[in-house]
Amino acid sequence: MLRFILQRALYALPLILVIIVVMFTLLHLIPGDPVQALVGDYPVPPAYRQAIEEKYRLNDPFLTQVWNYVTAVLQGDFGYSYQNQRPVLALILERAPRTILLASVGFAFAIPLGMAIGIITGTTRSANTDKIWTTSALIAYAIPTFWLGQLLVMFFALRLGWFPTQGIGPLVSRAHGFDWVLERGRYLALPALAFAIHEGMRFARIMRASVIDTLSQGYIITARSKGLTRGQIIRRHVLRNSSLPLVTVAGYAFGSALSGAVLLETVFTWPGLGLLMVDSIRLRDNLTVVGVVIFSALAVILMNLLVDILYAMLDPRIRTGG
Amino acid sequence: MTVSQSHMPGAAEHLLDVRNLKVHFQVSDRTVRAVDGVDFHVKPAECVGVVGESGSGKSTLVRAISRLMPNLRVSELSGDLRFEGHDILGMSERDLRALRRSHGFSMIFQDPLGYLNPTHRVGRQIAEALTFHGKGRSDSQRVHSLLEEVGFSDPKSIAHGFPHELSGGMRQRVMIAIALASDPKLLFADEPTTALDATVQLQVLQTLYRIHKERNMAVVIITHDLGVVAELCDRVYVMQTGKVVETAGTVDLFERPKHSYSARLIELSAHRINFRSAGL
Repeated sequence: MLRFILQRALYALPLILVIIVVMFTLLHLIPGDPVQALVGDYPVPPAYRQAIEEKYRLNDPFLTQVWNYVTAVLQGDFGYSYQNQRPVLALILERAPRTILLASVGFAFAIPLGMAIGIITGTTRSANTDKIWTTSALIAYAIPTFWLGQLLVMFFALRLGWFPTQGIGPLVSRAHGFDWVLERGRYLALPALAFAIHEGMRFARIMRASVIDTLSQGYIITARSKGLTRGQIIRRHVLRNSSLPLVTVAGYAFGSALSGAVLLETVFTWPGLGLLMVDSIRLRDNLTVVGVVIFSALAVILMNLLVDILYAMLDPRIRTGG
Repeated sequence: MTVSQSHMPGAAEHLLDVRNLKVHFQVSDRTVRAVDGVDFHVKPAECVGVVGESGSGKSTLVRAISRLMPNLRVSELSGDLRFEGHDILGMSERDLRALRRSHGFSMIFQDPLGYLNPTHRVGRQIAEALTFHGKGRSDSQRVHSLLEEVGFSDPKSIAHGFPHELSGGMRQRVMIAIALASDPKLLFADEPTTALDATVQLQVLQTLYRIHKERNMAVVIITHDLGVVAELCDRVYVMQTGKVVETAGTVDLFERPKHSYSARLIELSAHRINFRSAGL
């Protein structure tokens, strides 16, 4: 098992390297002048341009720039964001926990929600129950998260006043202990809910299909002929086997959620990686953009690794087969 | 379990008694009469064969009797089915489970890989079927003795393994061990050797035959292979398009087939190897 994990981790290394190089190259190819973007809608004074270009070594040959960047990144230096006047790594480290928090809480609700609906619709013998749940899940999934987010804000925040409309809470909080958690929780509730509904409905659809597939397998007939009850069959034979596709999808979805739910973070002004990404693109803060993308790629690769490991734990055929 | 009065002459000596069983499916706007008025019985400790080609309704017959019908569009399921006098079709789920759990009937299938859960260890899958789960001797001891009974010399490692780590013949013997875990009086074997290599077929059939004799357990074997029937069965039912066209003692059937279809089946299987010479 350990060998399996190390092997997968080793495969990821060249991938990361390629991603760094490709991202840096792509940004370099996009037309536009970073010095102009820094100054805004004014002509750039030549002396200032020269100073900036020297400071950030913008006139080095392209390959030298790539090499410098790659070696720097591998040492943990993602460069300096001249828009934010802070190192890119510090920016990412400040934003990432917020995105991770939002995604984790969202998934903590989405996965049980999706599994529950999937099992209800997949195992029910009533066509109506199935239809009602399946249709509701499809409609809920089809609603774009940014619109769903705004609906939630209008109802729960503006009309009922239960939750704040946006942000992550006061910078300096006087609350302590449980009160502090509660205060943060109120800000987190709506974006996490919008996130959980959207992802949860997707998981529900996958889970339903998987449950139906599992129920048609021979070992379910064996389980019935053993005289097991319906509940025992679902708990012991359906649940684990039909969770396999969900593990894959949820893992990948979590990986990409770590790069920031861009729309959701924009709607709720949740200052995570998604919002940082949008702002940096607008301001042509190239090094920050590349930094966020590299971080996201790392997150996706890490989650894929976790999915592989989890998969091997759930399905013994992978362990010996791989 | 509800004890109903036995109402038919001779029913008392039959372990399983089936009268006029009909199973019809609705396929688009056509009715398929998979089983169409079949009379069928099994005496205690008897081995009965059901032969017929694919689509003759032989698998549907045993699935209906054991109430393991797949969820297809069944438009008609009727008849008088009695196991030790108990009405099977009218039986509640709870009574049916009780029958499957202990001293009732079990079933093994054509494709043992698909009928074993790939994510559970073999031992667990057998233990789950034990009659009195967690009572008397420990589960693992009983699992090991079942595995020994079906011919494994190293039951411990088999119980610890997963189905995909076993060969086809080993898997089928694991299936038999699962089926035996409830001490059944009747075992349905639905094409138990069709998916196996010829040499492995022989081993599995020998195991099945030995257990049938040692336990005095009735066996119903579904097969399209008359060779299997010739070696194992006391009596044979020949099925064609949902109907029993002939029933006879095995020797009678082979020597004096009454129905032309039976005669043709025997002719077709004549070239098959006689495996009694191989040590049965």
